[in-house]
Amino acid sequence: MAITLKCHSGIGPEVEGVALVATDNFSARYDLDRLAGTFSRPAHKLYGESYVDRILVLVTAKGGVASAWMLHEMKARGMAPAAIVFDRANTILAQGAAFADLTMVDRFEAGCPTTLIRTGDRIRIRPADGQVVILDRDEPAARG
Amino acid sequence: MRLTDDEQAMADGQFGPVRQWAIRHQMAVGRFFDAQDFVPVGQAHIMADTESLGEAGVAWLEGLAKAPAGERRVRIPTITDPRGLDFDSYKRLRQTAAMADIEARAIAAFEALGVLMTNTCINYQTVLPPARGEHLAMGDTGVVIYANSVMGARSNFEGGPSALAAGLTGRTPRYGYHLEQHRAGTLHVEVDWQPRDFADWGALGGIVGRIANSYWQVPVVSGLTGTPTSDDLKHFGAALASFGSVALFHMPGRTPEAPTLADAFHGRPVPAAQRIGVADRDAFFAGYDAKGDKVDVVVFAAPQLSLMEIEQLAGLLDGRHVHAGTSLVVTTSPEIKFAADRMGLTARIEAAGGIVAAGVCFYQSYAREMAEANGWSRLLTNSAKLVNIIAGYGYKPTLAPMAACVDSAVRGRIV
Repeated sequence: MAITLKCHSGIGPEVEGVALVATDNFSARYDLDRLAGTFSRPAHKLYGESYVDRILVLVTAKGGVASAWMLHEMKARGMAPAAIVFDRANTILAQGAAFADLTMVDRFEAGCPTTLIRTGDRIRIRPADGQVVILDRDEPAARG
Repeated sequence: MRLTDDEQAMADGQFGPVRQWAIRHQMAVGRFFDAQDFVPVGQAHIMADTESLGEAGVAWLEGLAKAPAGERRVRIPTITDPRGLDFDSYKRLRQTAAMADIEARAIAAFEALGVLMTNTCINYQTVLPPARGEHLAMGDTGVVIYANSVMGARSNFEGGPSALAAGLTGRTPRYGYHLEQHRAGTLHVEVDWQPRDFADWGALGGIVGRIANSYWQVPVVSGLTGTPTSDDLKHFGAALASFGSVALFHMPGRTPEAPTLADAFHGRPVPAAQRIGVADRDAFFAGYDAKGDKVDVVVFAAPQLSLMEIEQLAGLLDGRHVHAGTSLVVTTSPEIKFAADRMGLTARIEAAGGIVAAGVCFYQSYAREMAEANGWSRLLTNSAKLVNIIAGYGYKPTLAPMAACVDSAVRGRIV
C-alpha cells in the first residue's frame, strides 16, 4: 500500500529514497559539514546525521545565498541529498536545485510535509506531476 | 511563462549555448514560483566565492568562458560579492596556495564573461546604490534586504547561478519581491528599547529574524525613535536576513515604502504588535556569552566595513596592541581598503596587530580551514550575522559591541 501526497510541481528528475525528516530548516552554508556529509550546526535537529543520498524533509530554507552553488558542488562529489522536500522553499534553494538538477518539491495540499512523512519512510518524488508517494505505509503520520 | 521574441530566441539557442543555459535556468526557477513573465533588471550581483563554487563550480564557469566573446559577455552591469581569498593577505591568514590558485581561475573566468570584480557585499554604499523601484538581481542576502527595504528597489535573493544568468539575459523571472502584492507587511513588531551600537542593531535584526523565520514574511518594525544610519541599517538588515531568511522589512517613517504604519501594511488592518523588550535583547547576547574565556580571533566583517566603521575601529586601537594569543581580522571592499590605505587607517589598525583584508568577508573565505590552520575556536565579533553563520564552521562565537571587542582583543580574554 502507498499514500500519495499532492504538492506544487517541482524541479529535477523523479527519484526514490529514504526520508530524513525534521521540523527544522536548511542552509548548506550554515548547517552542513559538506566534506563529511553531515549536519554540523549543533543547534540543528539533525545534528550529526548524514544527509548523503537521503531525501531531506524540512520546513524551509534559511540564510545564505551560497546554497545555490553548493548543491551543484555536493552533487559533483557524490555527497548530495537525493532530494529535498520543503513545506516552502525559498528562492535560493529552488535556484540551486535548478542549477544542480536536484529534485525539489514544496507546497503540499495536506499541510507541512514534516508532519506527513516520517524518518525512514521510503518515498518516490514525481516533481513534474507535483506528487510524493510514501511507498511502504498506508496510514497517515500522526500530527504534531 | 510568456516570452518576448528576444527571450524565445535565447531559449532557442540563437544567441549561443551560454545565453540558452541562462534563460532556461531562469525559466525553470520562474515556473517553480509561478512567474508569468520576465522583468528587465538594472544590475546583477554574483555571490560566487570559491569555497561555495568548489572545483565543480569553477570548472563549470571555465566552460562558459570558452564560448566566443559575443556569446559569453553579460548584457548588463554585473558585479561580484566578496571572494574566497585576498591575494595580499591570504598568507597571513594561513590560507593555502591551492586556494589562491582556484581563486585566480574563478576570477579569470568571470572576467572573460565581462563581470566587474567588485568583490563587495556593501555595493549599495560603495559601487552604485540602487534607485527606488529599480528591478535588480542581487546576490547577497544583506544586499537584497538593504536594496529592497532602505532603497525601495526590487530584488529576490538571487543565488550565484541565477544572478549570473540575469547578467547574461538582462532580466529575471517576475516573482516574489518584484511583485507589489508581496511587498506589504505581514507581521508587526514593536521595539521597547533603542539600539545603541551596531551589535545592538544586529541583535535586533536577529530577534526579528527569529520571529519572522521565512523568506515570505515582511516584518514591520515600529517603536524606534532615532534615525538610523546606513551602517545601523546594514547591520540590522544583514542579521534579519541571516537569522530569518527575510528579504524585505519596513520601518514606518524611516524606509521609503512605509511613510506610515498603515502604508507598511498597504492599508490593510495593522496586526497587533509583538513586543521586543530589553530582556529579549539581553537574552540574545546571553545566548553567545563567554565572559572570561580566552578569545582566539576577533572579527569585524559580515557585512564588510564602511570607511566610517574602519575609522571608528582605528580610533579604538590607537596606542594599544592586540594580545599575542589573539588575532584581529577586519574585512572591507577593495575600494574602501584603498581609501583606508590612503588615509592611514589601515596602517593604524595593522600597527596595533590587526589584519585588514580586502574583497573578502571572513565566513566566505574557507572559515573552517582558517580555524584549523590558526588554532581558532572562540570568535568574538560585533556582527550578529557572523555569530549566526560561523558556528556551522566549528567556531564558538560571542557577540559584543565594537569597543568591547577591541578591549577583549587587547586582553586576550572576553571582557
